[in-house]
Amino acid sequence: MKPHTLSVLVENKAGVLSRVTGLFSRRGFNIESLAVGPCEEMEMSRITIVVIGDDARVEQVMKQLNKLIDVIKVTDLTENERVERELALIKVTAEPGGSRAEVMQIASIFRAQIVDVGAKSVTLEVTGDTEKIDALEQLLRQFGVKELVRTGRVGILRGAKTATSSK
Amino acid sequence: MKTGAKILVESLQREGVETIFGYPGGVVLPIYDELYDSPLRHILVRHEQAAAHAADGYARASGRVGVCLATSGPGACNLVTGIATAYMDSVPIVALTGQVPTNLLGNDAFQESDITGITMPITKHNYLVKSAGDLSRVIQEAFYIAGTGRQGPVLVDIPKDVSTGLSADVKLPEKVKLRGYNPTYKGHKRQIEKALELLGHAERPLIYAGGGVISSNASPELVEFATLASIPVTTTLMGIGCIPCHHPLNLGMLGMHGTEYANFAVTESDLMIAIGARFDDRVTGKIETFAPHAKIIHIDIDPAEIGKNKRIDVPIVGDVKAVLQDLLLLMKKRDAHEIWLKKIKYWKQHHPLKCPKDGALHPQYIIRTLSDLVKDKAVIVSEVGQNQMWTAQHFCFHNPRTWITSGGLGTMGYGLPAAMGVHFARPDVPVFDIAGDGSIQMNIQEFGTIVSNKIPVKVVILNNMYLGMVRQWQELFYDRRYSYTELPPVEFVKIAQAYGIDGVKVESCDEVLPAFQAAIDCDGPFVMDFRIEREENVFPMVPAGAAINEMIGGHPRT
Ligand SMILES: Cc1ncc(C[n+]2csc(CCOP(=O)(O)OP(=O)(O)O)c2C)c(N)n1
Ligand SMILES: [Mg+2]
Repeated sequence: MKPHTLSVLVENKAGVLSRVTGLFSRRGFNIESLAVGPCEEMEMSRITIVVIGDDARVEQVMKQLNKLIDVIKVTDLTENERVERELALIKVTAEPGGSRAEVMQIASIFRAQIVDVGAKSVTLEVTGDTEKIDALEQLLRQFGVKELVRTGRVGILRGAKTATSSK
Repeated sequence: MKTGAKILVESLQREGVETIFGYPGGVVLPIYDELYDSPLRHILVRHEQAAAHAADGYARASGRVGVCLATSGPGACNLVTGIATAYMDSVPIVALTGQVPTNLLGNDAFQESDITGITMPITKHNYLVKSAGDLSRVIQEAFYIAGTGRQGPVLVDIPKDVSTGLSADVKLPEKVKLRGYNPTYKGHKRQIEKALELLGHAERPLIYAGGGVISSNASPELVEFATLASIPVTTTLMGIGCIPCHHPLNLGMLGMHGTEYANFAVTESDLMIAIGARFDDRVTGKIETFAPHAKIIHIDIDPAEIGKNKRIDVPIVGDVKAVLQDLLLLMKKRDAHEIWLKKIKYWKQHHPLKCPKDGALHPQYIIRTLSDLVKDKAVIVSEVGQNQMWTAQHFCFHNPRTWITSGGLGTMGYGLPAAMGVHFARPDVPVFDIAGDGSIQMNIQEFGTIVSNKIPVKVVILNNMYLGMVRQWQELFYDRRYSYTELPPVEFVKIAQAYGIDGVKVESCDEVLPAFQAAIDCDGPFVMDFRIEREENVFPMVPAGAAINEMIGGHPRT
C-alpha cells in the first residue's frame, strides 16, 4: 500500500469531475488529494488525484477511469521520476513583540512568503512536497494556527516524458 | 429550421430505429406530438420500468440498440431499475428522458430530478442536452457508444425547451470519433500466440464462456474452436445458448446452480479459457479455490475485467469474435484429450441434473416438456428466482439470443416486459416468459400492454406461493424460519381474464402438455398458472462462500 499520484486528462465539460470522483467513492477508493485545473490544451482539463492502495487496486481504478468516455488519458506518475508540489496558506498568531520574529524566521528557513500581515497574525504561503508542508505546519502549531488552506497535490514528469494526450 | 423534437425523431430514424417503448408526460409532450404522425412505432407500456426492460429484451434478442422514452422526474426515475439491469448485463439501450426547461434546471422545479446524476453509475455514458443544435450529434454518439465496445445503456436527458427550440440541420460525421473512447477489437498477436502455446501443452483444458460470446455474435467461432481443439465448454447464465445444449462438448452452466460435471471440470482443469466472462461471485464461489490447478487465458473486450477478480496468465483484450477468428487461423487441429473427455463423460453419466418423477407436478418436468415441444422454435425469457434457475438448467437451448434473462442484477419483474421487447425483435417465433408468482406480480400491469398491442407472449407461471428462492435459503441456512416469504394464492387466470387474456390453471402432470399446446394454438397472449410442488428446491447448489465443487443436493461422488 503506497500513495499513487494519477494524472488524469479529461474533456473540459460539465459533470466530468463528478464522474471521476463518483467512480472513486463507488469502487471504495479514498481520494487522498485532488487538484483540478486547465492544462496545455484548451478543451481539456487535468485532474491530479492521489490514492493509496496496493498496485492491483490502483491498476483497477485506472482501468475504470479509462472507461469513462470523457477521460482521455490516465498516467500513474508514481512509476516515473517526477516533481510533485502542493501549496498552503497558513494564518498564524504572531503578535509584534511576541512570537512574530520567530514565525518570520521559520518562514524564511522554509522559503515561505509572508503574503499578509494583520495586527495579531501573519499569513504565510508555502509550496513544496507534502512532507515539507507537514513539517512547517507542525512547527507553526506552537504559535497557534488560526486557519490552514492546502491545495491538492499536482505533479509533472521529469525530463522529456509527458502525461499529455497522445496526439 | 426544425424543432428539437423533430430532430430527435429524424435522428432515431437515421439510426434505424423502428420501435420505441415509452410513456408520456408533461415535458415530453413536444416529442409525443412529433411521434403522433411519424413512422416510428411507439409501444405504450403501463409503467416506465417496463419500457426499459422491453428495450433491453429487444436489444438482447436482436443484437441492435433498444430504445425507451420517459418523462422527467417520476418517469425517468421509474426507468432506473431497467437501466441498471441493462448495465449489469452489458445490453445496448438508449434511454431518452424529458427534463424541465433549462432555465429551471436545479430549481427543484415540478417533476425535476437529476437523472444524469442518478444514472451516472449505471450507464456507460449519459448526456444532458443543452440546445437543439446539439441533439443530432448527441443521438448519433449515444447509439455509437451503446452499441460498440463493451455494450451498455446510454441515457440522453432532453429539457423541454430543447425539444421546442429550433435549429438548422447539423452536418454529422460519417463515423463518430471520440478521443476518450477507442475500444480494442483486435487481440494482440503475441498474446494470441502465447495462448496457443498454452493450449498445445494442456491436458485438461476447459472453456468458460460468458455473455460476451453472445453479444459479439461469436457463437459459430466458439463452437468451431471448441470442436477443433476438442475442449469442453461450460457457460455462465448469460452464456447459455452460445453452444447447442446437445453438443457433446457442452457441460451446461457452471457456478452456484451449475451442473456438477461443469463444476468438477473447473476444479480439475489445468487450462481455463475464459471468453467474454467476468468471474462473477455467483460463478466462482470461493474465489481462492476456483480453478485451482489451471492456468488462465482471458479474452474480453473490457480491459478492466481482466485481472479484476482472478490473476490471469494470458490476457487478450479484444472483441471475442475477432480474437476467436485469429485463434482459428493459427490453430492446428489437436488430438482429442482422451482421458480428460472420458472423465467428463463419466461425470456426465453419473451426475446428471435430477428431474423427480413421482407423479407430483414438478417444475423441472414442466420446463422439459416445454423444451421438447418447442425445440429451437421459441425465445425463452425468465423472471428471477427458482423459475430462472430451473429454466437455465432444464431447457435445452439451441441458439444464441434465445435465452433472455437478468443475470447481473437479478431483477424480478424483468421477464414479462422483456418478452414484449423480444416479440418485436423476433415476431417470427413464440416468446415464453417463465415466471414465478412473486416476480410476475412486479410488472403484472403489462398484461395491459400485451393485450392492446396484440403481443402474443405466453406466460408460464411456476406458482409455488412462495418467494421460492429466498424460501430455499431460509430452509437450508436459516432453520426453516420462513420470514415473510409466503405469498397468498393468486388466481392468475382470473387476473389475465380481467385484461382480456386467455389462460389455464394446471394442477397435474397430464395437463401440462395440453396447456402448452393451447398456448401455442392461441393467436394472442396466454397465461398458464402451474401449481407446482411448493417446497421444491433448485439443486445442485454451492452454498455461499463454498468452493464450487462442494455442492449440496447432487449425487454422491464415486
Ligand atoms: C426486484 C427484486 N426484489 C427482490 C429480489 C430478491 N429475490 C430473489 S429471488 C426472489 C423470489 C422470487 O420469487 P418468485 O418470483 O415467486 O420466484 P420463485 O423463486 O418462487 O420461482 C426474491 C425476492 C430480487 N431478485 N429482485
Ligand atoms: Mg414463487
